[in-house]
Amino acid sequence: MSDMAVDNSKRRFLVAVSSTVGGVAAVGAALPFVFSMSPSARALAAGAPVEVDLSKIEPGMKVDVEWRGKPVWVVHRTPEMLALLPKHDDKLSDPKSENTAQQPKYCQNPTRSIKPEYFVVIGICTHLGCSPTYRADIGAADLGADWPGGWFCPCHGSRFDMAARVFKGSPAPTNLVVPPHKYLSETKVLIGEDQASA
Amino acid sequence: MQRLLAWVDARFPLTATWKAHLSEYYAPKNFNFWYYFGSLALLVLVIQIVTGIFLTMHYKPDANLAFASVEYIMRDVPYGWLIRYAHSTGASAFFIVVYLHMFRALLYGSHRKPRELIWILGVLIYLALMAEAFFGYLLPWGQMSYWGAQVIVNLFATIPIIGEDLSIWIRGDYVVSDATLNRFFAFHVIALPLVLLGLIAAHIVALHEVGSNNPDGVEIKKHKDEQGRPLDGIPFHPYYTVKDILGVVVFLIVFTAILFFAPEMGGYFLEANNFIPADPLKTPEHIAPVWYFTPYYAILRAVPPMFGSQFPGVLAMGIAVLIFFLLPWLDRSPVKSIRYRGPKYKIALTLFVIAFIGLGILGILPATELYTWIARVLTVVYFAFFLLMPWYTKNDSHKPEPERVTAK
Repeated sequence: MSDMAVDNSKRRFLVAVSSTVGGVAAVGAALPFVFSMSPSARALAAGAPVEVDLSKIEPGMKVDVEWRGKPVWVVHRTPEMLALLPKHDDKLSDPKSENTAQQPKYCQNPTRSIKPEYFVVIGICTHLGCSPTYRADIGAADLGADWPGGWFCPCHGSRFDMAARVFKGSPAPTNLVVPPHKYLSETKVLIGEDQASA
Repeated sequence: MQRLLAWVDARFPLTATWKAHLSEYYAPKNFNFWYYFGSLALLVLVIQIVTGIFLTMHYKPDANLAFASVEYIMRDVPYGWLIRYAHSTGASAFFIVVYLHMFRALLYGSHRKPRELIWILGVLIYLALMAEAFFGYLLPWGQMSYWGAQVIVNLFATIPIIGEDLSIWIRGDYVVSDATLNRFFAFHVIALPLVLLGLIAAHIVALHEVGSNNPDGVEIKKHKDEQGRPLDGIPFHPYYTVKDILGVVVFLIVFTAILFFAPEMGGYFLEANNFIPADPLKTPEHIAPVWYFTPYYAILRAVPPMFGSQFPGVLAMGIAVLIFFLLPWLDRSPVKSIRYRGPKYKIALTLFVIAFIGLGILGILPATELYTWIARVLTVVYFAFFLLMPWYTKNDSHKPEPERVTAK
C-alpha cells in the first residue's frame, strides 16, 4: 500500500468522468427499448393507401373504409346537402378551413373536397378520438330544427356539418381531418396519397 | 427450532426484521376506524396479485383472441368467473380503500412533517395504481376498454408539438391496436406491479422509520419510558394485527357480497359496453371511464378548449392529480389533527369532499350544459382547496394540542 496522501480532486474527477460515461452508456442502452415501442414495420405497412370505388355509393350514403386502422368516411353528398353547406358559416369555428393542418391544400375550399359531391374525411373526432355518428337527417328532432345534417359525436357532444366543419361550442377544437387522397379515375379514389398539386 | 432460528439469524436478520416491523414496532395506542385502510390496501394488493396470476394462465393478449379468452375464463375455466370477478371487484375495492386511506391523512395531518416522504411515496403509489388500472382495463378488449384507451392515449396527443408522435409511440400504431394491447398487457402484469411493490415497500419502511401518526396528530416519540419505548405506543403485533384482522373480516364480508351478488355493480365496476367486443370503427353511444377516474374526467370536460386546443383541460386534469404532492407544504396549520383545527379547515375539507364526490358523479353522467357548469364550479372548489390552503390553514383558529394522546 502506498503512503502517499489521497488526492481528492483526482478522485472526484475520476468519479465524475466515470459517472458521465456510465450515464451516456445507460441512455444509449435504453434507446433500443424506447425505439422498440414505435410502430413496427407491419403497423407501418398497414398504413398503405386504400382504394375506394365511388360508383357503388348511393347519393346521401356513407361508406367506411379503414386506413392506418382509422375509420375513413367517403360520403356521396346530394345537391341538397351541398346547398345547405354555405348557410351556417357564422355558427362554425373555422368555416373557411383556415387551419391548414386539418386538410390538404387542394381541399381548402368551401366543400373541403376535390369533387364537391364526394367527401373524404377521417372519422375520428378531433376532441379525444371517438368516432362521431353520421346524422344526415336534416332537422333531426334531438339535434334541433336547424340541424343541417352532419356528424354528432356521442362521447362529448361535438357537432360537425356535412363538410365535417365543427360547430362553435363543441368540445372539439378543430374540423375533422381530411386525409390526403387522389382520383385514379372518375370513380376510383386512392386514400393515403396526395394528388399532384393542382 | 431455537437452534435453527439462531442459525438463520446469524445469516439473515429474520428476528430483527420481525421485531423492527411487527413485535417491537410501537404504534400509537389510539388508532381508530380510519386506520384500517392501510392494511386493507395490502390485502387487496394480495388479492389482485393472486387472482391476476391465475387469470394470466388463461388470458390471451391478442386483439383477435383477447375478448373471447375473457369469455372463456368466465364460462369454461373452472371457477374462472370467481377469479375474474374477484380481480375486477378488487380493482374498485383498491380505489375505495386507497381513497379512504388518503382521506384519513387529510383528517389527521398524516402528510405533515416529518411524514412528507411517506405522503409522496403514497401519491406515487396512487399514480402507479391509476396507470395499472388503466392498462388493465384495456385487456378485456371490449368496446369500453378500446374507446377508453383511445380517449386517454389521445390526451397525450393534445400536448403541443410532441403530442402526436408521443401518442403514436405509446400506442405503437396509429390507433389503439394489437400492438397497444400487447404492451399494455406487459405493463399491467409485470412492469407496474414491480413498481407498485417497490413503492409500497418504501412507503412502509419510511412509515416505520418516523412512526405512525394518530388521530390526535401528536408525536408519541416525545414521551418514552426508560427502555426508550413510547409511553403511548403499543407493539403492532399482537395489538394491531388483531385489530386489523377484524377489519379484514368485515371487509371480506362486503367484498364477497359484491363478488357473489353484484360483481358488475350495476355497470359501475364493469361497464355494460365492455361486454361488446372492441370495434375500432364504431364508438359506443356514451363513453364514461370507470368510477374511480370520473372526478378527473369531469375536470377534463369542464375546461373548455382554448386557443384551438384541448390541452388546457388535459393540463387541469393532470394538475388535479399531481397537486396532491404539494399538500405537506401547502398546509401551514400549527396543529395536524382535525380535532384541534378551527372551522376554516373543517369547512374547506367538507367542500373538497363534496367537490370530489360531485365531480365523480358528473363524470359518469353525459355532459349537458347544466352539468358542465356545475362541474366548472366544483373544479374551482377542488383547486381552491389546495391553492388557498396556505392562507386558510394559517389564519384558522385552533385548539391547543394535548401533550399525550387522548385515548383512555
